[in-house]
Amino acid sequence: MTAVLAPGSTQPHHKQALGVRFSGLGRSFGSSTDRRVVLRDVTVDVKPGEILAILGTSGCGKSTLLRAAAGLDVPDSGEVLIDGTPVRGIDERCAVAFQEPRLLPWHTLQANVAIGLPKSSSASAGKAKVLELLKLVGLDAFAKHRPREVSGGMAQRTSLARALARNPGVLLLDEPFGALDALTRIKMQDLLLDIHRAQPTTVLLVTHDVDEALQLADRILVLGRRDDDDPGSTVAELVPVPGTRPRSRNAADLGMLRSSLLSRLGVTGH
Amino acid sequence: MSADHLTGRSAVPSSTQGLAATGSPVTGDGDTRERGPVGGRAGKRASVLLLGLIVPTLILLAWHLSTASGFFRPSQLPSPVSVFAAAVDLIERGQLATHVLISTQRVLLGFLIGSLLGVVAGALLGLSRIADILLTPTVSALRAVPSLAWVPLLVLWIGINEDSKVTLITIGAFFPVFTTLYLGLRHVDRNLVEAARAFGLNGVRLLTTVQLPAVVPALFSGLRLALAQSWLFLVAAELIASSMGLGFLLIDSQQNGRVDRIILAIILLAVIGKTTDALLGIAERWAVRRWA
Repeated sequence: MTAVLAPGSTQPHHKQALGVRFSGLGRSFGSSTDRRVVLRDVTVDVKPGEILAILGTSGCGKSTLLRAAAGLDVPDSGEVLIDGTPVRGIDERCAVAFQEPRLLPWHTLQANVAIGLPKSSSASAGKAKVLELLKLVGLDAFAKHRPREVSGGMAQRTSLARALARNPGVLLLDEPFGALDALTRIKMQDLLLDIHRAQPTTVLLVTHDVDEALQLADRILVLGRRDDDDPGSTVAELVPVPGTRPRSRNAADLGMLRSSLLSRLGVTGH
Repeated sequence: MSADHLTGRSAVPSSTQGLAATGSPVTGDGDTRERGPVGGRAGKRASVLLLGLIVPTLILLAWHLSTASGFFRPSQLPSPVSVFAAAVDLIERGQLATHVLISTQRVLLGFLIGSLLGVVAGALLGLSRIADILLTPTVSALRAVPSLAWVPLLVLWIGINEDSKVTLITIGAFFPVFTTLYLGLRHVDRNLVEAARAFGLNGVRLLTTVQLPAVVPALFSGLRLALAQSWLFLVAAELIASSMGLGFLLIDSQQNGRVDRIILAIILLAVIGKTTDALLGIAERWAVRRWA
């Protein structure tokens, strides 16, 4: 799976990694009489090439934050800046992989990955790019298969390849490994790190898995209420993860951080 | 005649038995081994088809016995043989082909026009919010009108001719296609649409890449319903006013007391209706394999 990732190989140039800035972001849902504030005043700077994990309890607005960066959702207040320019509508510089693969069932894996290609890419270059990405995620032998003919992990790898086809300056991952079994999840995490090492794009990774965040991220953003009577989630904590990747899953300092993050998320005694 | 028949029958099995005794079991065995699951599947399909013929055969037998035994008088229920004779009689007069062809033509025309309009309207209302808000109350009110209620108006406006019949069938074919496509487009997996939008697809590209392929299976079930409706409306149209067609054959035979022809017309409607539905069913299976 990783052999094709030799740096400096013939891969086409990716757009350079882009910085992301959430500035005073707020978002609430519901009617005017029954408003529920989900996010308020979220301000974070993500450095180009950084992997930022976004942690939080269920329903705290992790996905909403990601969707704002993708341009799939419009915040009520504040804005998202990518490389200094604000996001207005679907943004070409981003690519998203969702929790579910969301592949078109009537297309082959190859055609599904091709959906991710930027509009400007030529047919022949696009095809070569798609085949290269399928090889990257270890699915070149399944290029002509339909999504229902492959496993959930393979479908999710296809979804990742589709996002990479976009040459994204920012890769947005919305719990991409959440629905996979434990072994497949570890393999996918390693794959993501391999990809990031070869093509260091900025990654925003929404997850509810503290260990996943500790394994993958440069920094961890914990979304949550600062007080119990706070109206919505904001930046509860923003902590750097010590050590260089790949990190041992048993390191002591990670254990300390894990306990503190878990208690921050309301789980104590671990 | 019967003696010839008997000797003929006895001669054929003896020759096949001879074949079977020499080479046939070996080749048969090799055949199944070679074909494997494909042959098995084809064999299964054939046996399903045969099993489906059991009940019609029993009905035919019961029909024959009840008429031959005198349980029904011929004026109540003519025998299968006399219905067959009525068919031969009509064929010799050159009328049966006319009835069948004109009815089929009306159904196909009405079905084609109706489903085309249904596709256009279903796509428009299923995709455009404004069209949906403006037109859906009207269209669903029109759908609530029992279709035969249109007949007096059609006769007055268009007259008793081909156009009014085809128009009635068009109305019948329109609604199933419209409804299934409209609902199908409203219920295209939001996640898929969102993912496609996230990758920059919108407008016509979103429509042709995601929304239309997603509703192909629904569209085909709508088309099959529409075809069944078309035959229904055909008979309604022809019963009311016509000089040709299977519906005319029904009403004309009722007035002449020709029960044999009435049963013939019913059998023909069943057979032709089932055949056209089966053809569309083949297209549907292909489409579902391709798109679902």
